Amino acid sequence: MIRFEHVTITYPEASAPTLVDVSFEVPEGELCLVVGVTGSGKSTLLRAVNGLVPRFSGGVLAGSVTIDGLSTSAVPPRDLADVVGVVGQDPAAGFVTDYVEDELAYAMENLGVAPDVMRRRVEDILDLLGLHELRNRPLASLSGGQQQRVAIGSVLTAGPRVLVLDEPTSALDPAAAEEVLAALTRLVHDLGITVLIAEHRLERVVQYADRIVMVPGDGRQVVVGTPAEVFGQSSVAPPVVELGRLAGWAPLPLSVRDARRVAGPLREQLASVDSAHFSRATRSPGEVIATTNGLQASYGPVTALRGVDVEFRAGEVVALMGRNGAGKSTLLNHLVGLREPASGAVQVMGSQPHRLSARDVVRVAGLVPQDSGVLLYHDTVAAECSASDRDAGLTNGTTRTVLDRIVPGVDPSTHPRDLSEGQRLGLALSIVLASEPPLLLLDEPTRGLDYGAKQRLVAVLEQLAADGHAVVIATHDVEVVASVADRCIVLAEGEVVADGPARDVVVHSPVFAPQVAKVLAPLALLTVHEVELALAVASDSPYK
Amino acid sequence: MSAPRLLHPGAWWLWAVALSACALRTTNPVLLCLIIAVAGWVVVSRRADVPWSRSFASCLRLGMIVIIVRVVFQILFGVRVSGMTLFTIPEVTLPDWAAGVSLGGPVTLESLMAALYQGLRLAAVLACFGAATSLCSPYRMLRALPTVLYEAGVAVTIAFTFAPQAIVASRQVREARRLRGRSDRGVRAWTASALPVLEGALDRAVALAASMDSRGYGRRGSSSVAVRRRSIGLVLLGLVAIAVGSYGLLDPGAPALFRVPALALGAAALLGALIAGGRSTTRTRYRPDPWAAPEWIVSFAGVVAFGSFVSVSRMGDALNPSTNPLEVPAVPVLAVVGLLVAALPAWCAPRPPALVAPSTMAVAA
Repeated sequence: MIRFEHVTITYPEASAPTLVDVSFEVPEGELCLVVGVTGSGKSTLLRAVNGLVPRFSGGVLAGSVTIDGLSTSAVPPRDLADVVGVVGQDPAAGFVTDYVEDELAYAMENLGVAPDVMRRRVEDILDLLGLHELRNRPLASLSGGQQQRVAIGSVLTAGPRVLVLDEPTSALDPAAAEEVLAALTRLVHDLGITVLIAEHRLERVVQYADRIVMVPGDGRQVVVGTPAEVFGQSSVAPPVVELGRLAGWAPLPLSVRDARRVAGPLREQLASVDSAHFSRATRSPGEVIATTNGLQASYGPVTALRGVDVEFRAGEVVALMGRNGAGKSTLLNHLVGLREPASGAVQVMGSQPHRLSARDVVRVAGLVPQDSGVLLYHDTVAAECSASDRDAGLTNGTTRTVLDRIVPGVDPSTHPRDLSEGQRLGLALSIVLASEPPLLLLDEPTRGLDYGAKQRLVAVLEQLAADGHAVVIATHDVEVVASVADRCIVLAEGEVVADGPARDVVVHSPVFAPQVAKVLAPLALLTVHEVELALAVASDSPYK
Repeated sequence: MSAPRLLHPGAWWLWAVALSACALRTTNPVLLCLIIAVAGWVVVSRRADVPWSRSFASCLRLGMIVIIVRVVFQILFGVRVSGMTLFTIPEVTLPDWAAGVSLGGPVTLESLMAALYQGLRLAAVLACFGAATSLCSPYRMLRALPTVLYEAGVAVTIAFTFAPQAIVASRQVREARRLRGRSDRGVRAWTASALPVLEGALDRAVALAASMDSRGYGRRGSSSVAVRRRSIGLVLLGLVAIAVGSYGLLDPGAPALFRVPALALGAAALLGALIAGGRSTTRTRYRPDPWAAPEWIVSFAGVVAFGSFVSVSRMGDALNPSTNPLEVPAVPVLAVVGLLVAALPAWCAPRPPALVAPSTMAVAA
């Protein structure tokens, strides 16, 4: 159905090609997962399927991409609309109309589908994706998961045989991600649609994949195979696969269900191990850095926070979790003074952040926003660093020193746009950290990061907490929460519904529990690393 | 009163264009303020609770800026008009090649009032544009654009979405500046954020164009290259002729050939392009907006107002009160009645459907 033959893609002004000599084929009716480290060219590969690369990006594509027998060099994307549907990383950026129903019909109008057929197909898609209750809603009022489903529906109505999705769940909370993935598997199983999907959160999708295309990204050949084949040799693997490797299970389990069925002996072996042997040395939190008291916030008629009371202490890492739109970002914005509380109070280091000048606020609280790139607007890393020193009134070179501690060896003459996702996050983080704010806030820091980059981030966060910063991360990534957070606050509809030690909060939650905890329940182990530590103790113990 | 629904976008745009045509015909401050008031009243009573409905306020703010800039330019560079001198600013003698431009000199009440009237006229036109975009989203209008105008359609979509995108981007950049510890006020902050704002807005516009294309916008079916070239040529000719024609209509000094004949030529060329290209393109409409009684009333309300202005201008100078000598502007009753008719949509247009206040709206933004 999709065939890449010796495809090499070079962007204009790039020194090296993004993809080199890529050849693979996806047969009809398969769900094919594209994996690889950040910046390896997954998005480029996906956008080349219907010719958006190079037609909308510039650059040169050598080799050939054919889809359902049509070559993308001969047929423009608009004439492929009824063959392949493409949903980009940010679905909202691709919306053309304003209402759900109009958006679903848009592609069909362009294709000239007869009105009565259009009516019927819109109803079908509304039912198929569970969107019927949203049909009259403006697109801007939808939550992330709903927007993603509407975006999928809006390309499906054209009746494509192939669906291409770029990180469809990376911005979604676990429940909304399930919603989207359930819709996708239904499409594959019931309608025989071929799906090509790129995703970093392997733990969410790998169990549904028939085939994996692994893009190594440093000029090496892509690896194509079944999940078990690819993960047998790849360094990028979800926790459940890592656990399988550690326990020596064969075949490697890909889903929690598979793993649980073979995990009985492991559970027994670990049952007697005291949690003191594997849980991290608990950090003892220091003085109170920030508090909120009855904090309320609203956007127009919508209440975003309803009386939130939380406190953050020096030396602890707090995870802020909850659905999309539960008020996580709003809380962070208040803590850094971007918004003024509607009622209630925010205190950071004894002052109200929204009353402080920009220069003073960075000394008490720093926020790395969701899209960390928005903090960067100079054309070299060196310029960013010196501008940051100047803005915050620091001695020259401070930011650079911080950067070298977080991501060593970044070439100062690189354009920030050319950095990898992890390096860019590191640069934004060092700009925020340069003025040493006691309170450090990160909004979805792991979005778009591969497992390796996440591990490096976790190490940095642990170091920061050890240095006495209060670190708050708002995230959907339960695996990162499991490996770094001391405390976990869950927000729902603008209220705090849980606030306690991370292990207690996540381990028994059906939504927030990490894969390892699900496999080993009722044992309270959260990460593969913890299992490793516990196993070491268990094999020494006399009870074995 | 009809059931709540969205009015046909064509009706709102016709009404708004007629109202702005009224504004372009007059410099009478009373009438101009009345036009802005009518536009505002209709917007307040009939806009839906959707993100783009806030563009009216932005247009009003932009109008204020236009008035201020116009008056300041008059004070600094304007042609000197005799009359009651308010104050004098130092005059700069310019070299010969700059003859005709004056810098400084006595500033008279008459010259200021003339500048104020002209600024107000532009502000009123902006208010009409803001009313149209608040009352119906630009996309709904674009949906009706024929496929032959593909290139123009993409350009218009990018142009229409650029302003709202730039507003989003500028808020983001302002917040980012604050997070970096830079002051978010002052001229320097504005100039420094201009580039990232433009970059961000342009990126979004290109992403939108890519999305439209990959969902089949601009498909030409089986038309041959020759047909395609011919229709593109006709479209270009038509757009240029219409641009010249509208300029001619607005500038009283333009040659007569540049007015109606140019417009007619443009319309004919576009029609030709539609016929040439339309045979090979197929585009359908999903649940097309009906054109029923409320649509007729709204568009007629605009046309009646415009008609009243045309007949008033035939009768005398009441639409353009003299500023030299300065006199209190007379208020032509017929024009006022016409504008009151233009306010009818505030009652006659159907209410937009009420939307459930979504709990997640804007929280993620």
